[in-house]
Formats: sequence, C-alpha cells, structure tokens
Amino acid sequence: MTEPLIYELSSPGRCGVLLPELDVPETALPEGLLRDDLDLPEVSEVQVIRHFVKLSTLNYSIDKGFYPLGSCTMKYNPKVNEDAARLPGLAGLHPLVDEQDAQGALAMMYHLQGWLAEIAGFAGCSLQPAAGAQGEFAGLLMIRAYHLDRGDTKRTRILIPNSAHGTNPASVTMAGFEAVELPSDENGDVDLEALRVACDDTVAGMMITVPSTLGLFEVHLPEVIELVHACGGLMYMDGANMNAMMGVLKPGEIGFDVQHYNLHKTFSTPHGGGGPGSGPVAVNEKLLPFLPGPIAGVVEEASGDDEAPLYGWVMPEKSIGRLKAFHGNFGMIIRAFTYIRIHGGTGLKAVSQYAVLNANYLLSQLRDTYTVPHDRFCGHEFVIEGHWKDAPGVHALDISKRLMDYGLHPPTNYFPLIVPEALMIEPTETEPKETLDAFVEVMKTIAREAHEDPELLHSAPHVTPVGRVDEVLAAKQLALCCVPIPDWSARTELKTDLA
Amino acid sequence: MSGNIPADLKFTESDEWIRVEGNEATIGVSDYAQEQLNDIVYVELPDVGAEYKKGDTFGVVESVKAASDMHMPVSGTITAVNEALEDAPETVNSDPYGAGWFVKITLANPSELAGLMDAAAYAKYLEGRE
Repeated sequence: MTEPLIYELSSPGRCGVLLPELDVPETALPEGLLRDDLDLPEVSEVQVIRHFVKLSTLNYSIDKGFYPLGSCTMKYNPKVNEDAARLPGLAGLHPLVDEQDAQGALAMMYHLQGWLAEIAGFAGCSLQPAAGAQGEFAGLLMIRAYHLDRGDTKRTRILIPNSAHGTNPASVTMAGFEAVELPSDENGDVDLEALRVACDDTVAGMMITVPSTLGLFEVHLPEVIELVHACGGLMYMDGANMNAMMGVLKPGEIGFDVQHYNLHKTFSTPHGGGGPGSGPVAVNEKLLPFLPGPIAGVVEEASGDDEAPLYGWVMPEKSIGRLKAFHGNFGMIIRAFTYIRIHGGTGLKAVSQYAVLNANYLLSQLRDTYTVPHDRFCGHEFVIEGHWKDAPGVHALDISKRLMDYGLHPPTNYFPLIVPEALMIEPTETEPKETLDAFVEVMKTIAREAHEDPELLHSAPHVTPVGRVDEVLAAKQLALCCVPIPDWSARTELKTDLA
Repeated sequence: MSGNIPADLKFTESDEWIRVEGNEATIGVSDYAQEQLNDIVYVELPDVGAEYKKGDTFGVVESVKAASDMHMPVSGTITAVNEALEDAPETVNSDPYGAGWFVKITLANPSELAGLMDAAAYAKYLEGRE
C-alpha cells in the first residue's frame, strides 16, 4: 500500500475550510511580499484527514511495537506526560511573558534543575541545551572557559575512547578542541596505558560515555578519573546512557565534573520524529559559574512557610552565555518534570534496574545463537555480531531488514564501529517479558533462516510498504520532490521596506 | 576475506595504503577497508598544500554504513587530490589501489615508512582481526 504525496492530491480551486467574512480593516501587504503563486496543495478536509491517518498507519512507533534501537532508549512515553504538557496554563504560556506571570513554569524549571543535579550528584544544572549534542557542546565550552579563566591557555586536547558516541568528537571539534582517540583494551574498556601516555598539560579534559556504547560499565573508571584529574583535565560524562544508572551511581560523586542528560531518552520525552530533544547539562562546584544561562533561580526567598518564593531568571556569574532562544525545549522540560515527579527516587532506581535486567535477560537468551564480542554483564544495552562464518553473505543489515517482516523495529546496526557487523540492542525497562521472549524467538528464527534460506534475508523486508531501499542512490542523489523555494534574495523591495 | 593486497604497497593499522615513488607517495584505502565499509557514497579530501603529521586525519570516507576518518600513514604535504572521487566515490570500491586513490603527498620524513606494515605483515594483521 502506498500513499501519494499531498501535492499529488491537489486540485485547483478545492478548499478545505470556509473563511469567515473579514471583520477588521483591510491593509495591503508590503509590495515586496506579494506574489501570484502560492505553492500549497488544494485539498478538502476529508482528503487531509485520510492522507495523514493512512501515513500514520504506515509508520512504526513505540506505541505500535517493540523498538530495541540501541543507544536511543526508545522507552514508552507515558501519556500523562502529554496531559501535563497540554495544560492550558503551560501550553499557552508565551515565552516572553513577564517573570511574575510565569511563576509556575519557572518553579517547574527550578525544581527540575535541582532534581537533575541531585540524580547525578552535581551542584547545578542548566536546561538550555536543545539536545544531547548541544549539551556536550555546552559542557566543552564550560571546560574551555574554566581553563581560560585560570589563565591556562595550553589545554587544547580532549581525550575520547573509541567506544564513544559519534557526537563526542564532533562536539569537541565544534568547541575548538582537538579530539584525541583512545583505543579500547581487549575487554572493551579504556586502554589505561594509552591513557597514561596521552595525559599531559595540553589535555583540557576527557569525554567518556558510561556505560559505553558497547553497553559495558567501564571497570577502570576510578583510575581513568584519577589520571585525567592528575594532569589537570576535567572529566565529562556523556549521560546519554543514564538510563542504566539512576539511583545506582552518581557520576558527580565519583569525580566527574560535568555531564549532560538526554531528557528524550532517560526521562521518556518523545523522540525519533515525535518531538525535539532536550540535553540539560549538570556541573559540579568548579563549573557552576560557567553554566549556560539564564537559568531559573529564586530571586526572593519565601516570606513564610506557606508562601512560594519569587522565581526569576538568573545569569551565572561567568556564564558561557545563551545557547538557545527562549528557555530550552520547554515542552520536554514539562514532560521530564512529570516523569520524575511520578516515579520519585525509588521509581527511578527501579527504572534503571529493570532496564539493566531486561538487557541482561535478552543477552542471556541470544548468546548461544549470536557472537557476543564482549560477553560480560551489560548495562541497559549490549552489542552482538550479525554474521556467521557458516552463513557467508549474510550481514547485520539483512538481519535488521528481516526483523521488519516480523513486525519488529530493527536494533541499531553498524554502531559502535569497533564491532564488526554490530547489532546494538536496548530493550528498555518498559517492555514486559512476553515481548522480550517474542523478540528472542524471532532472532533465533532469523539465525536459522540465515543458514537455511539466506535469500529470505537478502530480499527482506517483504511486508513493509517500501521494500529494501537503494541506500547508495538515496545517499548520493538528493532529490527533493516539493516545489523549489523562491529566491527571496531577488526581492530587494522587501529589504528596502524593512530598512 | 582480507581481499587483494598488492606486494608493492605499505599499510597502516587503520587500513590506509601508501605507494612510495622516490620522495612522492600516493595514499588510499585497502581492498579490505572498502569491503568493510560497503558502498562508498562520499569522500571528503583535503586542500592541496595542506601539511599533516603521521596519524593526522586528512579526509573522511562515508559509506551507507558509516563515516570514517582517513589517517596519514606518514607525515607530508598534499600535492594532489583525486577530484574524480567527488563525482564517483564508488571508484574506491571498484578500484581501491588504482583509480580510487585519495591523495598524493611529498614525504616530510621518509624514515617513518619503516614503521608501516608490508603486504605480508598486513595480511597477517587482517587474519588476526577476523
């Protein structure tokens, strides 16, 4: 089943709404803004509804089925989060409203900053970063500002293990540092000898993901932190995998200086097409003055026990500045606030425990059928290899595509890069055992098919609206199908009008 | 699975090859690397005249699977880049040791060549990775 583009449904003169009579004085638009054509589809309301309902049924989402996309923490997004975000007082709040008229929103942000600091054992937090990578960028700018503030200008390098998230080296480069890649040892941990050699007075800090992208808890963590601190560097924790550690380990308490969160992973705000990200950044006392701002703060203490304090915007003393227009992705902030408030400390700890339990259960069920490169207790996710010596020609991609035939979302494939034919599986805590067992059954069936009838895998998927796409063509030939964007630069009249 | 390994080339652990002719050299990625990367869709090359140290990242090769950095096998200055790869990056897949070359350099420190693997050592190295 395919669905045409909405532009292909268009018929000249057709209209979906009846506009009311004009009841205000008519004012002409500026000359430079006028045009004769308007490239919008002309369709009726029922066509629009059917078009988008059909598309939504072709889509795959966490509300439809299991989504073990490693590294992405595709947990179920509770509907109560959506209720909270749609409360009229929050959904209708203008971002430029006066502080005294946004006390509720400011109070939520203030408390969320405090909770996020507490969960990871830090002193403070800014909710500004719009996603994980911007959180990384913010953390790195703070590390940079910290060293420069001390008058230390030779620290230009950031160390990154080769099991890091791909965004880490990109953020390092964006922040003006040089990324130095560290090898992993045979167990998938940081190679301590290589770290020792790399540590000198040009090291600004180290970025590390815990658990790593292999799903492994770094066993050398105390030594790693000590080595980096000893040479004067700061420790950045990529908190993308915090779903494995809430209530179990506080990075701030074991020596990390800064970390970001992904609210859209750990704290159940929608992502993967469902909403923007949010990457708050939490820091210890050292970096507190450098937080991106303004952040929510108490500007006047409460006058009595039953009174609320006055909240307002506060700029940290040596702030690296503003990272985002307005106040971060506020809709995500409300959802994460709701999620934390509902779960409480005990609930969040249970979230992490079940996330780790589910991953280890899947690993235990799959290890006889698939190669596990680093077979030990995993965190909230693990990596297997999607190939067999006695099934030549079958690759991880074929397994992923075949999973779609069974109505399941594939795991992350070909990441991390250090594992050949990697399939990275993260079940999350929200899946019941029945779902996990069904997934194991399918994975074993596919392994059998790979040996007995590999063509089934090569030609998969068979039941999806679109079969196997030509990825080479898709990557090389960027064909956009909508009408070209008008060349606004030619409309000089407008510029003159505004000047 | 280690693919074709020409005897006259030297190799790095990150799968670049280098062909030395006097003080000049040509650099590309090995047959094994292109096979692992799968269909290559984009190659980012440096500017002519750029100077790099051994191990520096000088380019990026992007396939449908992943984007990987290219590392300098030895220190040197870029004297030419294979502009044909811009339109036809798949040449790296079809002819990794020939038309799929990446850059030409002048060597800054020829003694660094001694630290690279010859064809036999590289073949053994790849066996260990299987």
